[in-house]
Amino acid sequence: MDFSDTAAETDFRQTARAWIQDNAPTYLAAPLSGSGFGSTRTGDFDPIAEAKKWQKTKAEAGWACIQWPKEYGGRGATPIESVIWSQEEGIYGKLSGTFIIGQGMCAPTMMAYAGEEAKLRYLPKLASGEEIWCQLFSEPHGGSDLAGLRTKAVKDGDTWVINGQKIWTSGAQHSDYGILITRTDSDVAKHRGLTMFFLDMKSDGVDIRPIKQANGDSGFNEVFFDNVRIPDAQRLGEVGDGWKVALTTLMNERLAIGGSIATGFPEIQALVSELVLASGPASGDQAVRSKLADWYAKSAGLKNTGARAISALSKGEIPGPENSIGKLVAGGMMQDIAKFAVDLQGLGGLVTDPEIARSQAQIQSMLMRSPAVRIEGGTDQILRNIIAERVLGLPEDMRADKGIAFSQIPTSQDSGTR
Amino acid sequence: MNFDFSSEDRMIQEQVRRFLSEQSPLSRHRSVMEGESLQASDVWQGLADLGLQGTAIPEAYGGVGAGYLPLCLVAQELGGVLAAVPFSSSVYLATEAITCFGSTDQKERYLPKLASGEWVGTLAVSEGPHAPSPTNLTVVRSGDRLSGKKLVVPHGLAADFAVVLVSSDAGTDLVLAGLEGVERSAVEIVDPSIAAATIDFAQTQCESLGEPGDGWAMLETVQHRAAVLYAFEQIGGAEQALNMAVAYAKERFAFGRPIGSFQSLKHMMADMYVALKLAESNAYYAAWALQNDAPDLGLAAATARVSATQAFQLCARDNIQVHGGMGFTWAFDCHLFYRRSNYLSLALGGLNEWENKLVDALPSAVA
Repeated sequence: MDFSDTAAETDFRQTARAWIQDNAPTYLAAPLSGSGFGSTRTGDFDPIAEAKKWQKTKAEAGWACIQWPKEYGGRGATPIESVIWSQEEGIYGKLSGTFIIGQGMCAPTMMAYAGEEAKLRYLPKLASGEEIWCQLFSEPHGGSDLAGLRTKAVKDGDTWVINGQKIWTSGAQHSDYGILITRTDSDVAKHRGLTMFFLDMKSDGVDIRPIKQANGDSGFNEVFFDNVRIPDAQRLGEVGDGWKVALTTLMNERLAIGGSIATGFPEIQALVSELVLASGPASGDQAVRSKLADWYAKSAGLKNTGARAISALSKGEIPGPENSIGKLVAGGMMQDIAKFAVDLQGLGGLVTDPEIARSQAQIQSMLMRSPAVRIEGGTDQILRNIIAERVLGLPEDMRADKGIAFSQIPTSQDSGTR
Repeated sequence: MNFDFSSEDRMIQEQVRRFLSEQSPLSRHRSVMEGESLQASDVWQGLADLGLQGTAIPEAYGGVGAGYLPLCLVAQELGGVLAAVPFSSSVYLATEAITCFGSTDQKERYLPKLASGEWVGTLAVSEGPHAPSPTNLTVVRSGDRLSGKKLVVPHGLAADFAVVLVSSDAGTDLVLAGLEGVERSAVEIVDPSIAAATIDFAQTQCESLGEPGDGWAMLETVQHRAAVLYAFEQIGGAEQALNMAVAYAKERFAFGRPIGSFQSLKHMMADMYVALKLAESNAYYAAWALQNDAPDLGLAAATARVSATQAFQLCARDNIQVHGGMGFTWAFDCHLFYRRSNYLSLALGGLNEWENKLVDALPSAVA
């Protein structure tokens, strides 16, 4: 066991650090430090344009998606080097939010299932940020019950015709491509009738409508498909194997999110260090200290768990469902921290104007965004089920849809056609 | 960077696990707890035959000199079977105190006998139902004599000597005192397997450990180091409590189905797993920090301690809940874990104390 760098790792770290010093957009450091989860603050600059610019700068020097093979736009780096890179990239890593879904989830799926020609065409541009990808999975009738999805794909010659609707698609409005899971057979059990594709988001018949969220932002979208045609060459995996392909995406999702997930700890620590309560400095208050210790222990636990996953990965082990704990812990923690932080500031803690509230209203935006963290990419409840069933081996819940054709599964009255 | 134990460390762990599964089943713990013997001396001797008490003691003093990483894994295994031996008091506390602060002469006299298991040591700090502090100690040292009463000395009935925290002219001292002939009586505590004692020192002979006046600082150092090892015992216990809960939930049927298929119980056990996993990862980091005397050992140890205390308390408590009424019977083993979890969480000072140590050790916030 050794938590310090080897000589080679030290070299790598120094090379990365020097390059970042020379090339990072230092003019964004101040606004970026006020970014909360789900909101990237870039001051007077356009966040998407700045994200693309930094990504392109990195790609040209070989610092984008460094774990990917070189021919796909990466650097062929090891998992440990990738950790070192993100430690060194630090605050500028917050600019990568726009690309997380494409690079962290779509790309591994493409690497596993797309043909060589497609990989060479799409992956380098995904790495360089020239093209943004999204993941079209959830539907109004299939969120936690993802395999209950209804968007249909019907074969017509060499193409597939898609009709239906997706929802909660992060970043669809900025995306050039997406991976899409569809139902190709309603007469078999629900997990067996699914097929995965990738598609051009500018295709005829794709209609993207941003959703106004509870926090007032619009990061998520509804995406409607009206006779959208996708070439069969853009199918990922066999017809009917879509569930298996989706699991590749989801497993990488938990790893992508779990490794570096925001918890809110640095934010609450900063607040506590400067806030004075009626009873004296917040940092001396016993209740505050007790919470701080608990949250630090959890965030350190997540960080160290991530480090162990990286070690396992380095030895060629495949990351398993145990990585589900990252988002489960961080989501609830962020919500608790934001609530506690607002409480400490009294009524003034409710001010959301970034000009007035401390740290550009970072805490307040965490408060309003955190409920979604506990839902997106697997709800707290689904993640607990995964841990219970797939890690601890507890028996499945009794299910009303087991072993029957999708078209015969009981559903709510107003739920439309399948 | 490599965030896992080596295969050599894992081999030692495996060897200990095999030995304990044969020689130290929970029934052995129970026989001690129910008063058939003071401690499981056969298990203690078996551990000594494997050289485990001397795992981290340098070879020059009769130990194995294998360092703290394998010792952490030994602790995890002992924690998992709730071994009824004075390993924690003797190895994590008394041995550490002498290793860190003993003179060469003291090390030569004590460490070989501690390494071989011939002597059992303990640490006597607590004096009553309040947390000790430099200002409230009533056990007093005057020259080479010691007087006063220590209440709840873990493994105090089994120990040959104690490292004692005392008040003196210099302030607070640590002293070494042999226990032969000293008046000791059993005191009942929540975990009866740890042979807790009241020790009444009456002009008992003692010698200084380290510099007089440095007692409190030395105590904190020893407790920080021990906290890492206790954390491994705690995660060992938490893991077994969770395993028990899972096994029972798969077997036990109600409403025509295994109770483990109900989400209310599944989610409870998922939360137990999460707490365990976080604690385990923090303990791994602390093990590395202990082995390498890392500058952040204080923070790492407090973090491991807080997480491990939370995890074992949660797992032991909810293991009873998963078992329902059966979990509250004397016959089922759930209460053994519940008892031990409460002992371990207070053995070095309670959760609140360690939360404070953690916060004090945090690097200042980046505003």
